[in-house]
Amino acid sequence: MKLHEYQAKQVFSQYGIAIPRGRVASTASEAKSIAQELGGRVVVKSQVLVGGRGKAGGIRLANSPSEAEEVATQILAMQVKGLPVRKVLVDEAATIVEEIYLGVTNDRGARSPVMIASSEGGIEIEEVARNMPERLFRITIDPLLGLREYQARYLAASIELRRELWREFVGIAQGLYTAYTESDATLAEINPLVITGDGRLIALDAKMVVDDNALFRHTELAEMRDFDEEAPPEREARKYGLSYVKLDGNIGCMVNGAGLAMATMDVIKLFGGEPANFLDIGGGAGADKVAAALGIILSDSNVRAVLFNIFGGITRCDEVARGILMALREVSTDVPMVVRLTGTNEAEGQRILAEADMLTAGSLSEAAQTAVSLANERQSA
Amino acid sequence: MSILVDKKTRLLVQGITGREGFFHATQMMEYGTQIVAGVTPGKGGEWVLDGKIPVFDTVVGAAETTGANCSVIFVPARFAADAILEAADGGIPLIVCITEGVPVQDMMRARSYINQHGARLVGPNCPGVLTPGACKVGIIPGQIAIPGSIGVVSRSGTLTYEVLYALQRKGLGVSTCVGIGGDPINGTSFMDVLAMFEDDPHTDQVVLIGEIGGTDEERAAEFIADHMTKPVAAFVAGVTAPADKRMGHAGAIVEGGSGLAADKIAALKSAGVRVAEHPDLIPEVLA
Repeated sequence: MKLHEYQAKQVFSQYGIAIPRGRVASTASEAKSIAQELGGRVVVKSQVLVGGRGKAGGIRLANSPSEAEEVATQILAMQVKGLPVRKVLVDEAATIVEEIYLGVTNDRGARSPVMIASSEGGIEIEEVARNMPERLFRITIDPLLGLREYQARYLAASIELRRELWREFVGIAQGLYTAYTESDATLAEINPLVITGDGRLIALDAKMVVDDNALFRHTELAEMRDFDEEAPPEREARKYGLSYVKLDGNIGCMVNGAGLAMATMDVIKLFGGEPANFLDIGGGAGADKVAAALGIILSDSNVRAVLFNIFGGITRCDEVARGILMALREVSTDVPMVVRLTGTNEAEGQRILAEADMLTAGSLSEAAQTAVSLANERQSA
Repeated sequence: MSILVDKKTRLLVQGITGREGFFHATQMMEYGTQIVAGVTPGKGGEWVLDGKIPVFDTVVGAAETTGANCSVIFVPARFAADAILEAADGGIPLIVCITEGVPVQDMMRARSYINQHGARLVGPNCPGVLTPGACKVGIIPGQIAIPGSIGVVSRSGTLTYEVLYALQRKGLGVSTCVGIGGDPINGTSFMDVLAMFEDDPHTDQVVLIGEIGGTDEERAAEFIADHMTKPVAAFVAGVTAPADKRMGHAGAIVEGGSGLAADKIAALKSAGVRVAEHPDLIPEVLA
């Protein structure tokens, strides 16, 4: 789960990291009154969960409260990379002398956290990695020992930070690492961390991604979820414990298991079709979950055919067959469907489908070919 | 024969009185796996599975009494890391964690700890290990694989079943099938399992089933090129997955540039691996 900048800043400030004074607003007049409170120049920043807000015109300076209102009006009316802006953060504008990058994330290869620092802040770190890899410094952190002071000092020295700022930098690095571990984050990033005119280090931007699997022990973070940022079918899927990603094709897929779901999409493509979605119903899904999943697939008006691929292990084929029929009673549709069921309780599942005159397939290839030709017939009809 | 588990495996089931643990313990016993004990804190002293299997409160107690040398974990995600640490601390050399949804930072700490204890972890979020005809540790349906000389290693669950089933329909047998799990931080990598298959006299060739995300397949490709004499065939899922979308598995995230299926397939092919276009075609690209 991604946090908005203003939310990540709140978290970071709890760990002793200095952030600019400011607050979030959802209307232009609120933005104006925040600018009035702050006094002086402010920066108005769109709060959307994508990168590249600055380039898209979603971050702008304002010299007065009335200008802040004007700028906020414009930003609140715009979309950043297709996402509508619903909130803006109004921060006091800082005088920037230098911009640094500091972040901590999971290093899959090392199976440990990694902290990354660079003297080249303010631009995307991927860009630095591509164009100036010699300006990027990484340290692997032992998850049992945590970030040690010498490691943070090594980063400070590597990015050639002025010595009088080392102590402050080490404090920020430790704060960021603690925020990352205590929030079960998969990414905690300050870009840029700026050195201000009066020689302080301030987090001008903040990014944090929290591990969905750990939200059970972070109710305060879970409550920060922005439901507006989630498309309705994705939201509906999450409610039922389904994993759904909408794609651009016309063949809806329902599969148990993420790997098999991806393989099913690949096979559809191999036979000349285009998958409309990724949908993993998970292990042990019962009839009600299958019914919910079918509803979500059919809510996509592009869908011309549906392919079910179920390999029963924990999941029982008869349960899935009942779920399909149950769903078809609730959702009236004429979209053609093909079902491939194998594994636990297969015979019973097949019998249930046969009684209902459902179209079945014996293998994944056969099912995919059938789905592709069904979809093509529909598309041209 | 096999790697990791065989007829001599003495299995401990952590979470044996839970819904999943009990169901799969029954299935494993029916398959012929030697289950020697179960652990559920607070239920020590009970007997389960027709009164044949004793339940202990702690792993140490179970291991000392029964000589268990392998543990399979079915406890809920929030307790899984603790269960892994308890197994390692109890001296269990092979720990198989089926549980899915374990917080990734829990896994980083657990992984660091068990490395220091010399235990091997398979999983989490995996279907387990199956040596057909001898021993099943986990949830892989027993009826879809027959004994043979093909080693199978996979990051996926049901996709593995698809491949095992495709092999079985062609009468092709399996030495051992290892599901290493789809999480970003797991206990055992492709490379670890490939090395075991290379050393196993009863494995003639290997099937590797990968998916998008991470760089495990690329590392496996390097290992195959440098150290494997046995032929390897592969399938990589997610060619059609769009970049930057999460496809269920925490591990299946395409991370900027690397992690793409196309890159993995190219790396495997350049290491001499024959890559199948879809899972049903695996038998045709075998040596």
